[in-house]
Amino acid sequence: MQELMKAKAQEMLSNGSVTRVLAWKKGDFETNPEPAFFTKHVDDMVYNQYCATNLSNFMVGVEKEEGKTLVFLKPCDTFSFNQLLKENRISRDKAYIIGVGCEGVKVIDEMQETGALLEKCNVCTKIKHMVYDELIGEDVTRRVTDDPLTRFKDIEAIEKMDAGERFAFWQGEFSKCIRCNACRNACPPCGCKKCVFDNDNYDTAQKANVTTFEEQMFHIIRAYHVAGRCTDCGECTRVCPQDIPLHLLNRKFIKDINALYGEFQAGADIETLGPLTDFNIDQDAEPSIVYDRG
Amino acid sequence: MYKIDKDNLPELFKFLTKNGTDVFAPVRKGNQVNFESFTDEVASTLDLDTLKTVRSPKDFVLPQVEHLFDATIENKQIKLETSPLADKPYVIFGVRPCDVKGIEVLDNVYLKDPVDKFYQARRAQGVIISLACTNPQQTCFCKSFNIDAANPQGDIAIWLINDSLNWKSLTDKGANLTTQVKHLLQESSDIDEVEACQKDIQLKIDALPYSRGLPLDKFTPDKLLEIFNDARWDELSKACIACGTCTFICPTCQCYDVKDYDAGKKVKRYRCWDSCMYSDFTLMAHGNSRNTQKERFRQRYMHKLVYHPDKHHGEFSCVGCGRCVNKCPSSLNIVKVIKSFEVDN
Amino acid sequence: MCCSTHDELIPQIGVITAIKTETSDVKTFSVVLADGKGKAFEHMPGQCAMLSVPGIGEAMFSITSSPTNTECMEFAIKACGKLTDYLHTLEVGNQITIRGPYGKPFPVDDVLKGQNILFIAGGIGFAPVRSVINYVLDKRENYGDIDIVYGARSASDLVFQDEINTRYKNDIHLTVDRQEEGWTGNVGFVPAYLKELGFKTDKTAIVCGPLIMIKFVLAALLEMGFKKEQVFTTLELRMKCGFGKCGRCNIGSKYVCKDGPVFRCDELDTIPDEY
Repeated sequence: MQELMKAKAQEMLSNGSVTRVLAWKKGDFETNPEPAFFTKHVDDMVYNQYCATNLSNFMVGVEKEEGKTLVFLKPCDTFSFNQLLKENRISRDKAYIIGVGCEGVKVIDEMQETGALLEKCNVCTKIKHMVYDELIGEDVTRRVTDDPLTRFKDIEAIEKMDAGERFAFWQGEFSKCIRCNACRNACPPCGCKKCVFDNDNYDTAQKANVTTFEEQMFHIIRAYHVAGRCTDCGECTRVCPQDIPLHLLNRKFIKDINALYGEFQAGADIETLGPLTDFNIDQDAEPSIVYDRG
Repeated sequence: MYKIDKDNLPELFKFLTKNGTDVFAPVRKGNQVNFESFTDEVASTLDLDTLKTVRSPKDFVLPQVEHLFDATIENKQIKLETSPLADKPYVIFGVRPCDVKGIEVLDNVYLKDPVDKFYQARRAQGVIISLACTNPQQTCFCKSFNIDAANPQGDIAIWLINDSLNWKSLTDKGANLTTQVKHLLQESSDIDEVEACQKDIQLKIDALPYSRGLPLDKFTPDKLLEIFNDARWDELSKACIACGTCTFICPTCQCYDVKDYDAGKKVKRYRCWDSCMYSDFTLMAHGNSRNTQKERFRQRYMHKLVYHPDKHHGEFSCVGCGRCVNKCPSSLNIVKVIKSFEVDN
Repeated sequence: MCCSTHDELIPQIGVITAIKTETSDVKTFSVVLADGKGKAFEHMPGQCAMLSVPGIGEAMFSITSSPTNTECMEFAIKACGKLTDYLHTLEVGNQITIRGPYGKPFPVDDVLKGQNILFIAGGIGFAPVRSVINYVLDKRENYGDIDIVYGARSASDLVFQDEINTRYKNDIHLTVDRQEEGWTGNVGFVPAYLKELGFKTDKTAIVCGPLIMIKFVLAALLEMGFKKEQVFTTLELRMKCGFGKCGRCNIGSKYVCKDGPVFRCDELDTIPDEY
């Protein structure tokens, strides 16, 4: 599959149908490939189960650049691509998308496999590419979860906690945060040009947590801001150096949105209006009202 | 030399904490090991086997947030209440040789010209008990910086052999602490055992992938402009997502910001870690001297490999701990940077 | 409050004793210690101080007054950001915090001694230059001829009008960017005017202003036959500490706060073009 991808990439670069290729480049270990742009030769390109990065997000960076970009997307990454399209942060005609099959991404520690797959892969339901020009090796994609609701099991466990336990749980997790902003910067829908937490003109600007209240602010504000737009791509959890289960926040929103407004998967297409941006006074109201109404 | 059984460590820590010394030791929580304040609750999760803590012991000498003073403004009068300097003794237990060197790098910045009083006070209270790396790992490259993982520095050095800790005091501070806890230690003369352990560590280190020599000789201050202007930075920085992970988990990254927090009745001025990877790091009212991520990325590695050595007699401000190799969201790291300069342009 | 263990980052409290409106966006603030002990510290021309209003921010400013002013320190500040905008709302009697001095000064007591000096300033860049000029005028016997070339966007943007019309009157050459009503002086940018004035190269030049102006002035001076070794300038980057620790104002391995802000222009060739 890697060879097919490389051949296609080289062909498209050579015949000028794309200006650059966005893929993964081999690292100094087999296990640490990095996202990379290729403009001439693709000799160093790799694709394997260590290629974790959601490349959709890197498309934002080349949106303003000349020419078309060939991008390789795993099935789950295509949801992010759609979401970015929907928010007009990238344009469809600047990308040639090759959907590639995915057998799940392996967790690496000290450059060695731990034997586990990424959290998102364990509960993966995104087995089809939502947007593409061409597919390579899509049949290798295997569905890891049979039960699409498995991914909410952890949420249910937290919902069962009483307020005190839940507070303690999140306090414990958030207190680990070092405010490196990796979750924010790796997150496709987190796209503000100037984040409120970076903007010195607001009192919300903060670089480190001065109080325990601030610890919670950053992640909760972020979760609210991407609610209804988060495709559950899992990058936030993957990149967190402190192992904070950030996906739980996003997934709680996804679960509640599903319950309150009907099943919705951000990034499944670019037409459907998001449940939180499609307000209709007759049908929708404050979540609490919808909740009471049932 | 002394010895103490690993199982008796909690007792030693308890003795110290009871006598007014804080103890920070590697503790496992979930998938991660970090230095935590020792309490009875964490005694069972002490972890001396995991090589690397996620956060470095930098936290204890240069905390992420340091409160400088409180200011109140009333009737146009400003009153400052300065934060007290650290005055509580503490022990950081289980510091790896690379991290010990990391603290030395920070000392060379913060204890000189002018001395940082907050840092100096905190540093003076601390005793560093280091731990030899019985099982060095794939991403270690301390050897490239002449750090000997078999011979940890600090105030007291420890070799963990068969669940027994071989304890050797190296400084006056270390000797004082040793005297304080002598009743919990046994005298030992197992020099052979320690030497065998050292040899074993050195063999393991030599076999590591990054031990085959990194071309650090390419990075010398006299080539500052040449390296700075090298075209390779463009490509090296392409995948950087501008987060601060590498800087915050790095044992030597030392830059800080000074900020105010309006707590209503008073303003707290504090300093906190900052990252040269952030776009506002150099932002001024009239513009930014480092406008692109390439420039910010380059700054970090130039600082570690050229600028810091230029100011500090050739000392690199990287100690080869490999944390950035493990944690960069885009799999970028200093080793990739160093290696990319192997061949001259 | 601890004083014996005073860290560099802990400022002193200053009080504003006078505010002079220079232009629509520049005011000069006179500052002394709030406890009545006079100036916060002694400094040399070209050095800087960290001024702050707690809750608003802290920033580095060049000290506009000469050390020969024994009464107070002065800061000519342009409103162009969060802190400077706030400073402009302050009144006489308000307090601010102050710490310093920071940086390497102009070599007024060695290299510049006995020299003819050509001062070149643009806009608010006149602020640090004023400190040197007043120092030189107060110790007139130590220096040779003095010339000042000063330009601003318009006549109303020229700062230190009082001194321009009195103390500096015989030595100063003024220019504004565009022709305007009532202006009888030169029109044009500083570098061009400089060449027009055609100074002899028996002088040491001190240049302050926007970076782009510095670059063009330096080119003009070289064209006129000056050597880079004869030209001093000041650079400005974002700073947080003021003494080479916070890590952001470096250009290569030089910290502007500590190794600068005054640089001899030939030094600029040895550092990366990142300022």
